[in-house]
Amino acid sequence: MKKNLSEDFSMEDSLEQIIQEKNLVYRPTRLMTGATLSYCPGCGHGTIHRLIMEVVEEMGIQAETIGVSPVGCAVLAYDFMDVDFTEAAHGRAPAVATGIKRLWPDKYVFTYQGDGDLAAIGTAETIHACNRGEQICIFFVNNGIYGMTGGQMAPTTLEGMVSSTTPYGRNVEQMGPPLKITELVAQLAGTYYVSRQSIHKAATVRKAKKAIRKAFEVQKEKKGMAFVEFVSNCNSGWKMTPNEANQWMEDHMFPFYPLGDIKVDGKLVKNVIQDL
Amino acid sequence: MTEEIIIAGFGGQGVLSMGKILAYSGIMQDQEVSWMPSYGPEMRGGTANVTVILSDNRISSPVLHSYDTAIILNQQSLDKFESAVKPGGMLLYDPNGITRHPERKDIKIFQVEAVDESIKLSSKKTFNMFVLGAYLKLHPIVTFENVVKGLKKSLPERHQHLIPANEKAIKRGMEIVREMK
Amino acid sequence: MKEIALIKGNEAIAEAAIRTGVDAYFGYPITPQSEVLEYLQLQKPEERTGMVVLQAESELAAINMVYGAAGTGKKVMTTSSSPGISLMQEGISYIAGAELPCLIVNVVRGGPGLGTIQPSQADYFQATKGGGHGDYRLIVLAPASVQEMADFVDLAFELAFKYRNPALILSDGLIGQMMEKVELPEPKERFTTFDQSWVITGKTADRERNIITSLNLDPELQYEHNIKLQQKYERMKEDVMFESFQTDDADFLLVAYGSSARICQKVVDVVRGRGKKLGLLRPITLFPFPTEVISELSRRVKGILSVEMSTGQMVEDVRLAANGRVPVYHYGTFGGKIHSPEDVLNAIEEKFIGGF
Repeated sequence: MKKNLSEDFSMEDSLEQIIQEKNLVYRPTRLMTGATLSYCPGCGHGTIHRLIMEVVEEMGIQAETIGVSPVGCAVLAYDFMDVDFTEAAHGRAPAVATGIKRLWPDKYVFTYQGDGDLAAIGTAETIHACNRGEQICIFFVNNGIYGMTGGQMAPTTLEGMVSSTTPYGRNVEQMGPPLKITELVAQLAGTYYVSRQSIHKAATVRKAKKAIRKAFEVQKEKKGMAFVEFVSNCNSGWKMTPNEANQWMEDHMFPFYPLGDIKVDGKLVKNVIQDL
Repeated sequence: MTEEIIIAGFGGQGVLSMGKILAYSGIMQDQEVSWMPSYGPEMRGGTANVTVILSDNRISSPVLHSYDTAIILNQQSLDKFESAVKPGGMLLYDPNGITRHPERKDIKIFQVEAVDESIKLSSKKTFNMFVLGAYLKLHPIVTFENVVKGLKKSLPERHQHLIPANEKAIKRGMEIVREMK
Repeated sequence: MKEIALIKGNEAIAEAAIRTGVDAYFGYPITPQSEVLEYLQLQKPEERTGMVVLQAESELAAINMVYGAAGTGKKVMTTSSSPGISLMQEGISYIAGAELPCLIVNVVRGGPGLGTIQPSQADYFQATKGGGHGDYRLIVLAPASVQEMADFVDLAFELAFKYRNPALILSDGLIGQMMEKVELPEPKERFTTFDQSWVITGKTADRERNIITSLNLDPELQYEHNIKLQQKYERMKEDVMFESFQTDDADFLLVAYGSSARICQKVVDVVRGRGKKLGLLRPITLFPFPTEVISELSRRVKGILSVEMSTGQMVEDVRLAANGRVPVYHYGTFGGKIHSPEDVLNAIEEKFIGGF
């Protein structure tokens, strides 16, 4: 239910009267450090960081959670999320997380990776960690571009999409088509939960948070790998305003990278072969 | 006392395991030992060799280019190692398949017809023990008791039942070795 | 009662790892050291001590598993051979940068490239000068016997944790494949006692977050970090280890490590038997290098021969130590060929002619 604040409070009300528990509609998670985000305005990383930390807070597992950050825009993820972290080399986060989890089997370990990190340079580590069914969560942010290094082609860059290394658009004859790695890992026996989400609208944010929660629950029950992709924008890399970027994402990214669960409780719920 | 031995033949002839049993026997006799194999593609079907050193003192180089004794089980190995026996040293070989026999005059040369004997006694698997027996007859550097102990240590559980047959082969090897003049 | 075994150098590494309480091993098969992983898997270490053993999809993954696991403050190791170690260099640089203790074993084979699977000592530069990118050093131990393969596992971890630095055992195919009589190390609890304040365990309310990273975007911070690392490497000098054979009255000196040192021991025996005064210095730690003792000896001998199975790598460090006081020569075969005592003897006669 929407509330019009001006109906409930007059200008005369003191701040003390307003700032009360009963009026609380949203409390930021305590597990964000408060450091100023280094991401561009309109970027999705901040929201995804926050959702992961909200889930960690709600599950009460901060003291048991270890994150692994990638090389990419989220290289400094550990500056923002208030949990112990290991910073991995480019693409190696699933191997690093494997090492941690094998020695701390009862702790929660997650990786946070971009498309270049996870689906290009780290493809082998991604596939083998998934295939072994490592009891970790992989959070995969796909914006179809290398953001940090200045907008080069990523493995997920769409056909015809312009980047600094595909100035005339991605030529699939030469470069191959964009890689749907999420559909690929969903076919491996080791993955138990595979989902694709977005965080560009309030409703999708809520769904994305549910997916993150589900991923951590899978890890809690030691059922196997939980893999969640977030289709996101890179408005500065795409050379668009944030709004334009979100619209472009809906028009172009979502048709190729359809949102929703792909594998639930160890069973495919989508025809991934057709989607490939 | 230090004895530096090269054992060489085809892969699959039990060259490495013979060296291992000898090394284990040395340990049973409180000696220092080293066992240095040729490894890699050579192992598969080609020639195999192992350098075994038994000594009362700390062993320096496990790598040698000259030996007190060469135990030779095929022509390639004979061609390769005949010249590597120290003057006054010993060469023991099985004449089976040998077309060019050893020619050196400054070393002692012995034959053991281990292949023939192992076929005769239907004991092909213990072929290398006939050779070991022949060697021990000539150079009794370890006692028979310690060789049996070494056998027990080096054979895996599933081959322990073969020990009596191996013992027999060693004893027979001691009987059939002969010097070539 | 000590337990005696006749085992290969590679197996000695594996058995020692289980006995001395190593917590985890991550590795990838490569000749001539695959026996380590094979032996570990055969021994069911998860039942014997709870040790984790995992075959990774590549050396790249293996070293990064080591990196992740080392952050938990436990004893973690990997083994490989030259091409595999090259592939691991990125990860090793990160581990050195993040100052994590761990053990890496290189059972060296001949190179460059795919090279040969036969023994070599051609990875000396890579092992002792860093190996990957950036200014860093590993603690480098050079075993010369199967016994030392067994003993150096625990020693390497002791030093690695003392300095929070990766340690490397630089062996070769000869010692890896050779069997010798070994006194197995006494079984040790699988437990490490040391300062755990930096370890990732999950952040609790009573402490700041622990972050394992080698990243400092601010050059001032990276500059400071480098200074701290250099000071640490300097402190390591107190753990220099070497062995001297008949150096006291030596006219000429051999310097050799690992399997070459074994070969040179025989050479010293032979030459001494002929009444000539030859000595051998065997560096046990290649980093920190025994510069001081070689420098000291260079004031007393007439010449030094560095013997290594390479085209001449350690000889550079020996020359720096001798600092021009006496001629320093190199001798060695390479590319997987092993020099025999006779080969070294010939080289001595050639180099030191007149002196002998």
